[in-house]
Amino acid sequence: MKETAYWTWFIIAGIVILVIAGLHMVVMHLPMFGVFNPESGAVTDWGNVAFRSQNQFLAFTYIILLGAVLYHGFYGLRTIVFELGPKKSFQDGFTVILWIVGLVLFGIGTYAAIAAKALETAL
Amino acid sequence: MANKQFDNHLGIVGWLGGGRWGVERYLYILHRLTGLGLLLFLLMHIFASSVRMYGPESWGVAMAILKNPVFKLGEFCVFVIFAFHALNGIRLIFIELGLAVGRAEEPVYPYKSSLNNQRPLMVVAMVLVAILIVAGGYNTFFGSH
Amino acid sequence: MEKETEKANSITVYIRRFDPEKDSAPRQQQYTLQVEKGMTVLDGLHMIKQTQDPTINFRFSCRMGVCGSCGMMINGVPALSCNTQILDVTTTALTLAPLPNFKLIKDLVADLVPMFGVLKGLQLHIRRNDVEEMEKPTYEYYQTPHQLEEFLQFTYCIKCGCCMAACPTMATDREYPGPAPLAQAYRYNADSRDDARDARGDLVAASHGIFSCHYAGECSNVCPKGVDPARAIQLMKKDLVLSYFGLAKHKCAHLHKKPDKSTYKAKIEAPPHTV
Repeated sequence: MKETAYWTWFIIAGIVILVIAGLHMVVMHLPMFGVFNPESGAVTDWGNVAFRSQNQFLAFTYIILLGAVLYHGFYGLRTIVFELGPKKSFQDGFTVILWIVGLVLFGIGTYAAIAAKALETAL
Repeated sequence: MANKQFDNHLGIVGWLGGGRWGVERYLYILHRLTGLGLLLFLLMHIFASSVRMYGPESWGVAMAILKNPVFKLGEFCVFVIFAFHALNGIRLIFIELGLAVGRAEEPVYPYKSSLNNQRPLMVVAMVLVAILIVAGGYNTFFGSH
Repeated sequence: MEKETEKANSITVYIRRFDPEKDSAPRQQQYTLQVEKGMTVLDGLHMIKQTQDPTINFRFSCRMGVCGSCGMMINGVPALSCNTQILDVTTTALTLAPLPNFKLIKDLVADLVPMFGVLKGLQLHIRRNDVEEMEKPTYEYYQTPHQLEEFLQFTYCIKCGCCMAACPTMATDREYPGPAPLAQAYRYNADSRDDARDARGDLVAASHGIFSCHYAGECSNVCPKGVDPARAIQLMKKDLVLSYFGLAKHKCAHLHKKPDKSTYKAKIEAPPHTV
């Protein structure tokens, strides 16, 4: 049953990624459709980056996307590694390590999103 | 009888090895490899994008590094594997939630299987991947940004 | 095409040999075989054993695709040797190897016993909660033809192990049950008379369980009986996800009430006796 829960959320995360990463791709690569790139230069110009960092909706989707991608990616990696048939002790340790690394990366990404927003309001 | 058996498991060759297999099995291999590739990209992307919290100067330095044509090509590669993983992923979601494999049916020779049920979906997904790759390539190399 | 296959064809047969007493790893041995139209791979093996090399080992029983003993790799694809005609596969070279993803006993004989162990462990029989009725049955469990169709396809499995040999997950993961046992688990879960759906679901949804299937689809391609294990596995995943969200609606068949013989009247009268 535990594995069913893991797997179901893995699929749900996949669907979430599909929607939000699709949006992310449109914002980043098709600037003519977006309202998120007010400056005329490249999407990676600081003006545009700062605007997007400050946008509450985008900051929120970034954090959701980050969580979904990390879960989906690490569960996929775990599946692949487990199917190589490692020892049980290795499997348990690997799961713990993936949780820790995932949470740390999520922390870094979330901190960056929030700090970038705070930075802009301070400027 | 001496219980000396030879372990005939194929090992990693069983995943990656070619053979007279169906298309879906090769898509399975590609889905794994592209997934691992995307995970690698994701880790780099988290750190690269987090640079924005240090302000415009640091961001400018990071972007100057990424101006290198190698990264342009890398970006296109990431887009290709993302397009494949995403659309093949949609196909797999439909299949693995039992929506595209049909119902149990009486096996009559020559046998048809759930692979036949999902094949139109597979073809549509792969055509869309091809279209996305062409469009993405055009946008990456000849786009305005 | 017809002319070509009618005359006797001389083909080279490469057979994977392994003798646990002498060899540490399998080796390949070459034979030449006169093939006629209609000759199966199993016939060819018998011919070689009779006329060329009596030491060659292979397993067979029914010779007609029912018992599931003679599965082997025929030119790289798992199939029943009794069910495969040589000229359908090749006109030049035939490579025979034991089924992979099993332990190898000798020559072309793979050890299927671990698969049978997994099948046993999944409690593949009708299990019900009404113990009293199971002990002292009073009448039958009613099942509509439609309910039968839900699982009939998966009952044709002969446990030959071809799907296990074709499965990429089986190649490395020793804890994965494999396509055949998972399909059989679904066969009983889809049976309207069964009452142990959740217990069996818990067995297959463990770590290294059903979610290690990623639909490479090869099991269904090679199944000699058209059982389509891949379909059974995906339908089972659907059921598991539905029951995770509490949406599964499995109705267990109730005991069919015994009709009252005294008031029973046939809808169509039988014709009168003529003699």
